[in-house]
Amino acid sequence: MSEQKIIEIEILRYLPESDQEPRSEIYKVPFTDDMSVLQGVQYIKDNFDGSLTFRWSCRMAICGSCGMMINGIPKLACENFIRDYYPKRITVEALNNFPIEKDLVVDLSGFIEKLEAIQPYIIPKEPRTVEQGEYIQTPAQFSEYIQFTSCINCTLCYAACPQVGLDPDFIGPGAMALLYRYNRDSRDGGEAQRMEVAASTEGVFVCGATGYCSEVCPKKVDPGNAVNVNKINAAKDYFLRFLSPKGGAK
Amino acid sequence: MSKRRPYVRSKSGWWKKDPYYVEYMVHESTALFVAAYAIVLTIGTVCLAAGEAAWNGYLEAMKSPLSIIFHLILLAAIVYHAFTWFKLFPLTTPPVVLGGKKLEPELIVRGGWVVAVGVAVVSFVIVWGLA
Repeated sequence: MSEQKIIEIEILRYLPESDQEPRSEIYKVPFTDDMSVLQGVQYIKDNFDGSLTFRWSCRMAICGSCGMMINGIPKLACENFIRDYYPKRITVEALNNFPIEKDLVVDLSGFIEKLEAIQPYIIPKEPRTVEQGEYIQTPAQFSEYIQFTSCINCTLCYAACPQVGLDPDFIGPGAMALLYRYNRDSRDGGEAQRMEVAASTEGVFVCGATGYCSEVCPKKVDPGNAVNVNKINAAKDYFLRFLSPKGGAK
Repeated sequence: MSKRRPYVRSKSGWWKKDPYYVEYMVHESTALFVAAYAIVLTIGTVCLAAGEAAWNGYLEAMKSPLSIIFHLILLAAIVYHAFTWFKLFPLTTPPVVLGGKKLEPELIVRGGWVVAVGVAVVSFVIVWGLA
């Protein structure tokens, strides 16, 4: 039998009841080649320190709960393997740009508010009764927005975005991808309402086009593209109102 | 009473913490070199308007070794700026659908380069013809 391999996992701990500020702790974790970083963190909780706090659920990169900074990069802990870091030490920290609630758990309330602000649901263009039947959509119309439906709200893009860190009120890449997803849906009629958020001072123009959000997205949603295309759309709205009869007034 | 005490981490030195941010900051900084070259060209235009003596003075100044070194630095910075700018090109382009398929980001980058190099060559030929 081969020798048991051990990896060092350094975790940024923060216990609000006893710590003034976060501190690092290093754990020596025995692992097998099929173990994810999430399993490594779970091993620590089960065997070394039961107070270690982190979010997780599905273990297969679909629930979006286990986002962490792994060696400084925002990643889902469940889809990255310890073997790929071995023999170097793995550092694990709560997602950047969010306040740390406890250990690896961040305060997501700001993100939830942003998500609500963009109205991430269909606002029907023409409301239909049950008797009138379903809303018809062609495959071509569906393909218009399918990419942006893949968002799992993991907020890795928020942790990657320097602007979110510098201006915490920035609506941010993930919510903007969903805004774009509903605006491009042929059944939806809520674009005008959503574009008010996109064009606001906390909207798309806060983005400095770093592009790291799209790079770290585990679902290839390309939220940075949604933000930047909406810069064009917001600018178009602004200039076209000079051509409309009422100057864009409602 | 709530025991919550969310900790906000400092953002100081954020751009040094990831090579991706470093590249971004270098990219943004090289825009200053683009601005510098625009100023050089503007001075040339002003000299041209001021008369033959001023224009010849400008041309002489352009030929000095210091000016040539300065231009080589500008060229390197602007090429880097263009390279990293085109890398971000797919991020800023609305999705292009051709024949029912979304255009690959790589093709958008290459398309950008083809247009940029094409315009540069055509401009060069025109200016060469005029000179």
